[in-house]
Amino acid sequence: MVEHGEIRVVHRGGSKINFRQPVFTHDSRFLLCVSGDGVRVFSASTEECVHHLLGHTDLVTGLVLRPSNHLQVFSCSVDGTVRLWDYSDGILIKTFTIGFPIYSIHACGSHDGFLFLTIPAKNDKGSEIFQLVAVHLPQSGEQLVDAQELSAVLSDVSANPGAISFGGAGQYIASVNGLQLEVFFFKKQKSYRFSLKDNKKKGTKSTFMCVTCHPKDDCIATGHEDGQIRLWRNFDHKKEYTYSTVHWHHAAVGALCFTPEGTNLLSGGVESVLVQWRYNQETERDFLPRLGAAITHIAVSPDGSLFSTSHSDNKITIIHSYVKVSAVIQGLVKSDRCRTDLRVDPRSKALVLNGKPGHLQFYSLQRDKLLYNLDIVQQEYVHEAGLDQFDVVKADFDAGGKWLATVEERKQNAAEVEFNLKLWAFDEQTQSFVLNTTVSAPHEDLITDLSFSPDQTTLVVSTSRDGHFKAWALAAPTDAEDECPSWSCDFVGSYHGLAPQCCSFSADGSLLAVAFQEVVTVWSLASWDLLTTLSQPPGEIRNLCFGRLSCSKFLLGTTTKNQLCCWNLLTCSLEWSTSMDITLLLADPLSENMAAFCFQAGSSDLFVFKPSEPRPLFSQKAVCSGRVSRAVFVPRQELLEGSDESCQWLNHSQLHYFTPNMDLMTFTTKAEEDRLVASSKQLVIDDHVAMTPFYLLLGKPGQSEGQEVAAGSHRVQPPQGSTAIRELLQTPAHVLPSTSYLCSMFVQSLLISTTDKREQTNVTEEEMESEKEEADSEDEETPSASARRDQASGEVRSEDQPNPGLTKAQSKELRRLRKLDYSWLRGLAD
Amino acid sequence: MSSFRATKIPVYPKLGEKVTQDTLYWKDFKTPIQIKEFGAVTNLDFSPVAPHNFAVTAFTRIHIYGPFSQEPVKTFTKFKDNAYCGRFRSDGQLLVAGCEDSVVRLFDVGGKVALRMFKGHTKAVHVTDFTSDQYQILTGSDDYTCRLWDIPNSTELLSYKEHTDYVRCGIASKLNGNLFLTGSYDHTLKLFDTRIEKSVLSMDHGQPVESLLLYPSEGLVVSAGGRHVKVWDLLKAGQPLVSLKHHHKTVTSLCLSSNGQRLLSGSLDRHIKVYNTTTYKVVHNFDYAASILSLALAPNDESIVVGMTNGILSIKQRKCPEDSKKDIGQQRRRPSSSGFVKGKNYVPKQDDYLISKPVKEHLAKYDKQLKKFNVSKALDTALETFLRTRKPEITVAVIKELDRRGKLKNALAGRDEQGLSRLLSFLIGHLVDQRFAPVLVTAADMILDIYHSTIGQSPVIDRQLLRLQDLVEREIDYQQDLLEVLGMLDTMFACSLPKKEVPSPGINGQNGQARGETSSVPPQIQAL
Repeated sequence: MVEHGEIRVVHRGGSKINFRQPVFTHDSRFLLCVSGDGVRVFSASTEECVHHLLGHTDLVTGLVLRPSNHLQVFSCSVDGTVRLWDYSDGILIKTFTIGFPIYSIHACGSHDGFLFLTIPAKNDKGSEIFQLVAVHLPQSGEQLVDAQELSAVLSDVSANPGAISFGGAGQYIASVNGLQLEVFFFKKQKSYRFSLKDNKKKGTKSTFMCVTCHPKDDCIATGHEDGQIRLWRNFDHKKEYTYSTVHWHHAAVGALCFTPEGTNLLSGGVESVLVQWRYNQETERDFLPRLGAAITHIAVSPDGSLFSTSHSDNKITIIHSYVKVSAVIQGLVKSDRCRTDLRVDPRSKALVLNGKPGHLQFYSLQRDKLLYNLDIVQQEYVHEAGLDQFDVVKADFDAGGKWLATVEERKQNAAEVEFNLKLWAFDEQTQSFVLNTTVSAPHEDLITDLSFSPDQTTLVVSTSRDGHFKAWALAAPTDAEDECPSWSCDFVGSYHGLAPQCCSFSADGSLLAVAFQEVVTVWSLASWDLLTTLSQPPGEIRNLCFGRLSCSKFLLGTTTKNQLCCWNLLTCSLEWSTSMDITLLLADPLSENMAAFCFQAGSSDLFVFKPSEPRPLFSQKAVCSGRVSRAVFVPRQELLEGSDESCQWLNHSQLHYFTPNMDLMTFTTKAEEDRLVASSKQLVIDDHVAMTPFYLLLGKPGQSEGQEVAAGSHRVQPPQGSTAIRELLQTPAHVLPSTSYLCSMFVQSLLISTTDKREQTNVTEEEMESEKEEADSEDEETPSASARRDQASGEVRSEDQPNPGLTKAQSKELRRLRKLDYSWLRGLAD
Repeated sequence: MSSFRATKIPVYPKLGEKVTQDTLYWKDFKTPIQIKEFGAVTNLDFSPVAPHNFAVTAFTRIHIYGPFSQEPVKTFTKFKDNAYCGRFRSDGQLLVAGCEDSVVRLFDVGGKVALRMFKGHTKAVHVTDFTSDQYQILTGSDDYTCRLWDIPNSTELLSYKEHTDYVRCGIASKLNGNLFLTGSYDHTLKLFDTRIEKSVLSMDHGQPVESLLLYPSEGLVVSAGGRHVKVWDLLKAGQPLVSLKHHHKTVTSLCLSSNGQRLLSGSLDRHIKVYNTTTYKVVHNFDYAASILSLALAPNDESIVVGMTNGILSIKQRKCPEDSKKDIGQQRRRPSSSGFVKGKNYVPKQDDYLISKPVKEHLAKYDKQLKKFNVSKALDTALETFLRTRKPEITVAVIKELDRRGKLKNALAGRDEQGLSRLLSFLIGHLVDQRFAPVLVTAADMILDIYHSTIGQSPVIDRQLLRLQDLVEREIDYQQDLLEVLGMLDTMFACSLPKKEVPSPGINGQNGQARGETSSVPPQIQAL
């Protein structure tokens, strides 16, 4: 999509991290999860993102650790490649080109060199039938490898990776699809199919949802749509198979997982409760309720100490094995549709939109991190499908970020609509918003628009389908006893009984424009008089927007009949109009520019223009497919230096928008990208320390770790064998000399001698030696001591010096000390 | 993770007057003591010296009551006819009173017989007062004159004949012995200076003046007459300052609270209004059983004494501060737990490591059931007698919450006769309450849906259903009437305001509700 010189559309954060099951690394320190076109490596303890593995050109659909090397991970993508990464360094090692879109990936220790991939049965993206194929990965040193050796294993499988599981240490593979469980034995090359019947009469829906195999026993657990879990045994016979059923979930089982030892079975679903079943004692269960949203995936770390649950609100919860939440990794919450417009919190500069049900989320664009969720509805959310609950539909901030107005509504049926207008005050002490006023049923019909006055007077205008618009003002407390002011209705306006659609304040807060179907009415805020009406039939007004700064005399509006009109408020006449199907019109708060998203031929185009100039500043065709209905100008933290004329509109603020399938996109210039790349290069991170701001501050800079590929193997062992230590440890504490006296001796015993040439092969050790030499130079007593000194390190200890220890002088000294001490003790005993 | 959120109980604005500091202050009195006098109590006066006895002028006598006694400590009966305006001198030693027989009598508070009799008026004397130099008496009479008398010689010093009607009220200045003020039925107030022969100021009240009151600073004067209470600025030559019209009938008496911040006015409409003297807004209101003729406040507002036309004297005494303290003490003592708790009094030392225990949040009974998804039990607990009768908003909130969860039908179903009748009696009590109607109408609909097959099995339930039907029918009629009124009002508004839009959200709210109820009715009638 690189067009128009330097400006390009980039995906900006907020990608899904709950799309596929996350993978714990072997040491349980990191959690890998797919995230849009990349893979993210999170620290399991600090929740920070350590690496972002980028390289795929399409959605990443699966992750699996390489069975033969636990420091490497395979990822597969719809772009038809499998990539091998070193996740600890964040390096792409190899790319295998398969040639088909891949929907899931599996690997097993007993099938080394093979990967199992789910690809469409026919080679087109629209196909609904998938097959499982085994791919042999050719051994080659090249970066880019073609792996075309595909052999089909199972046909007609589900695209969901949770529907396929390896069991019996790779002896068989279980796959579920629809009402059928299929078990394929690799040795016999034979598969068994077990079908269930949908009992419509009882209302039970026994469609398989997920499958998992016991790691030790021959047992397969399957989760079903009606909430039952079946444990299958004896499935290597066509007829004599058995299964037992356990039932706790009231809705479909979303995910199933055995712990590595097979003692427990974990399950989760819409109820957002993690259930831990004891294997073979299924009546005993542990629960972890209130996880926040429906569980979609469960993963267990290889040592069984940590669980992770992925949730439908783009969240990963890391849970200790004693069923306690230890960390939460929260991405941008994506509800099925964003009902509030995008807003920018003037204080934190965070993007504000619908979050969890009934919440507003504050999402920091700079850090690509969710700051917090603000509970608007303040009601218990019942995790049940098909239940209509309160949700936030409108939100707006005042200019200083001191007040927040929200509208929540619940549509039980067409006749009964409940909605509330809430006003929130920012509390400096708690640094969050506190509910100030609740207006229940502020209008008689749904609120269509809500807008804060831009100047310092606190005034909110709400327009409603009942034909009125109301202005709400902050009223001083009526009595001295009321400690805080509250909001009340200040003015109710209407125009010929028409329903107002939208409203807009002028930049200086002196005028209010309210669109009543085809007519725009302009009201004076000082006297609440109707000043003038503007109209450009046919077509109802869809969007209204005042110009800013030098263009503040213009009022722009879009109509349903594909017109963009610009009125001059000084002459009260139409300045210009053009025919365009504009879905969204918004003004940059810091400049005169306006952005219009225009729907044309199935995709949206962007135009950036000044109301006073006829020629657009910038236009880009096909920004995304479908209609763009949510976008916002986010003011920049620091002004971008003006470069090209076409990019100048991005200097003050950045334009973010949501595509119809809820991806957050933005426009960047080349200069900005270069700066980002430069800044990211500074952050070279040590492999096994989680990157925290504290680490960046104090971590040692500039050590080239590149050669130390297999980390851990060269770590210096504690010198248990050395005599000095033994002597220190064996001598009773009360007869030891003072610690300061022993310290220098002890430190010397840990140093490694420089003269031992046999050991000097490793680069890293050389570095250590050089440090030690500096220490040796201080050691004036024994100039030749280094020759006789042994290495304290257990690894570099040589074989021919069976009794290594201290230098003679040192041991003599130590002995003298001991003698001295004993005599003192003896004297005491006498 | 996120904890259970309790059911939201909506707070409805309290109907009636708002509780302010003033209402608290003026309500802080004991139940009134009522004493029956022989006739209408025309005047009340507190002695300026402790123990602040007060003189009650009623019929042909003057009673003097002590601050705590319910029997008069002294009675003056030597009047031939109705006595008027018994007033104490500023030292509390002497008492003067007028009489219907035109004689003014001066009494020693300790004695019984009149010390002096001032004769000279030709008609009833309704006004008497001591001047501030304590040696002269001011009187006003129905013979249109007001006179000044010398006490030692019992001689008439001065006579003013400026009023053209009965003089019914008057007051001597407390700061200047030469000034006094009279009010008359000729609608005027006149300020006299004894050093000159005629009045210095005349103010037109507009109605016959019934009562007069000077502010402690004596810069302002308050007059009552007709339904009006007016305040005049004497320093600006009698310029009217405020006119208050809050009573329905003639205002008969005026009184200032001890700190001068509040003005009280009593009227024949049986009310006492309390005004703020800075804003002149009514801050409190007292109701009495009969028309009020006289009103007095004890120093420090210790008691309010009111005399009425039916001869009842009502004395309200302020509650002692000790009493209220005792109440608080009892309340505090209650929640203390019996039994010894180990380490309760332990004070952590400096190097102690504190481990905070997670605070266990308290949930109401119905919330506990809701948390466990026990919908029927939650409704049962919400329908307990206390909640049902005292806090119906909680019951309604629980019903609403169940409806939101889509479980209201489950909760309502499966009830026996007793449970259902409890539910129905709650519905009958609150169905037409406009705060609860939207929720309860759906609940009523569901109940009829669920139980319509069992109609006829229980006489109790049938009776209640009939009552419910009756209630709904009456409500529909009522709403229809209201709609008609609304229509009439709309036409009137449309006539009077030809241009302006009239937004009337409040009335329309009722309108919408009426529609909602009407739609819910047919199934009920069919079910019955």
